[in-house]
Amino acid sequence: MPLLEIDSLTVDYRTSRGTIHAVEDVSFSLKKGETLGLAGESGSGKSTLGLSIIRLVPYPGFIAKGRIKIGGKDILKLPEHEMRSIRGRKIAYIFQDPMTSLNPVKRIGEHFVELIRTHEPNTSKEEAFERAKDMLNNLGILPERINDYPHQFSGGMRQRIMIGLAIALNPDLVIADEPTTALDVIVQAKILDLLESLRKIYGMALILISHDLSIILERCDKIIVMYAGHMVEYASNTELHRTPKHPYTQGLLQSIPNIELADQKLSAIPGSPPNMLNPPKGCRFWPRCSYTKKICQVKEPPLIDVGHNHFVRCFLYSEEGVHDE
Amino acid sequence: MMSEIIKVEHLKKYFPVQKSFLEQLFTRKMSHVKAVDDITFSIKKGEIFTLAGESGCGKTTTGRLVVRLLKPTSGEICFNGADITKLKGEKLRLLRRKMQIIFQDPYASLNPRMSLGDAVGHPLEIHGLAKGEEKKKIVLDVFDKVGLTPPEQFINLYPHQLSGGQRQRAALARSIILKPELIVADEPVSMIDVSLRTTIIDLMLNFRKELRLTYLFITHDLAVAKYMSDRIAIMYLGKIIEMGSKQRLFLNPMHPYTQALLSAIPVPNPERERKVIELMGEVPSAINVPSGCRFHPRCPYKKDECTEKEPQLIEVEKEHFVACRLY
Repeated sequence: MPLLEIDSLTVDYRTSRGTIHAVEDVSFSLKKGETLGLAGESGSGKSTLGLSIIRLVPYPGFIAKGRIKIGGKDILKLPEHEMRSIRGRKIAYIFQDPMTSLNPVKRIGEHFVELIRTHEPNTSKEEAFERAKDMLNNLGILPERINDYPHQFSGGMRQRIMIGLAIALNPDLVIADEPTTALDVIVQAKILDLLESLRKIYGMALILISHDLSIILERCDKIIVMYAGHMVEYASNTELHRTPKHPYTQGLLQSIPNIELADQKLSAIPGSPPNMLNPPKGCRFWPRCSYTKKICQVKEPPLIDVGHNHFVRCFLYSEEGVHDE
Repeated sequence: MMSEIIKVEHLKKYFPVQKSFLEQLFTRKMSHVKAVDDITFSIKKGEIFTLAGESGCGKTTTGRLVVRLLKPTSGEICFNGADITKLKGEKLRLLRRKMQIIFQDPYASLNPRMSLGDAVGHPLEIHGLAKGEEKKKIVLDVFDKVGLTPPEQFINLYPHQLSGGQRQRAALARSIILKPELIVADEPVSMIDVSLRTTIIDLMLNFRKELRLTYLFITHDLAVAKYMSDRIAIMYLGKIIEMGSKQRLFLNPMHPYTQALLSAIPVPNPERERKVIELMGEVPSAINVPSGCRFHPRCPYKKDECTEKEPQLIEVEKEHFVACRLY
């Protein structure tokens, strides 16, 4: 049984100017220990998708349709107090900004003690404290610093502490939402290495959310490319790199500079992402696509299986699309 | 031979650190953030020269010093051979016509209460170059150049009605409207989505030819730097530690810091073997800069002499300078 199953999930934001389908009809599953990357640009719905897995989509957003199952249990049907015991214990979330996710008036040790004792009330304070020290050691932070406050740490160290807090209860799944976007490249590489090694030690699954397709290609086994709320492509990292199918993915890969290539020619995707209040009819990418056919402008393409566990939401790969002129 | 449009010599910018009242009573010595600490470089006409480095290395401060938005603590900045370090008032204003700056955040660099047409045309009025219909004509033309089409429609819009990419196009339009010779572009694409980034980069590259522009490009993203620049200088804690043509620098990075920096850049290829060079610790504070080579506390090749003597930039191969005792 997969660890996480998402079935035709739709998340809406109800605004005064209309309803936005921030995530629409997304389905995928994740096995134990797997790493999945959610790639997409701002407004593509990747963070909303991540937050919906722990049922923390901010107001005015809400889960409109679909099912989210964790270990076979539909979490959308759980009462809030049961959901709280899943957050942190089964699924942990790492946010982008480590400064605002730590309490500035609490020592680092207290963060750990509070977390551990909330979920395991039988653990003594001393015991929780010891566990916190071990964790700091794993994170590459001197255990003596357990009584320091968040502001005494650098950005990279704070993000390490966030990772430590996320895995302190040994969850089955960690969702990391742009965990290194605020950090410099050298620190970024260190943090991602740390996340990878801890993930292997503790046997967790990871969902990495990032706008940076390079990072996702490097670090994740499976990749979902999101565009305007739709999952437009799903494939393994090597498949996606060798044979990207969706015109958007192809365009994205052609617009990423690669320092290993000499005289690279980048090409741009024309136009800009749609206004989500009024998305184009049919395929949401058609106004920017160079392969647009008539059918793309009227009908939403289904997710098509192209083999090798590779799925793409594009008429170029369907019977219907081939015969359309 | 191309002539130098910008020449910077021994440029320094120290920011004083505010002390509490008690500290002021008991200590005489002021402490400073040494944001830029004795750097020397020049930019040739028509070139794209990049300052790259991590946050806090002084690259943005250098950019602002060059266009004289900040006053240098010491050192000299020459523009087309003339010393501009001490220019004031009217003369400085005239100089600004020739050098413009694009900022990182297109959400903050446009006045939300000015229509795009007004914001982009404003420099023409400030410098008394055009008014009324004439101004409008120039503005429409510039909008067309940066791809905000149809321009008649865009000049009446306000910044909140635009996407990030469109705003940055407007910022680009404003920077070229005075026909400057030099544009300092401070992270112009780092807040823009990947799919829109390339169009902005391509526009900038086209303008270089079409309008004979020179760029001082500032970025933390070495992959973008490699795509755009002719020459690159890597900064660390207020110093240039390596400088050279893009080909030499990427083919043969020499400074241990540059090597580590390049190894840490993610590459969009899952089949490549990653070999990240580990560095100890993190960037130290720019208030208490380490003695000698400022990189020595983190350097894997550290020797005793590194803690004492500050290495100078030396030319180790043609057009490739490094500040490290290894060479």
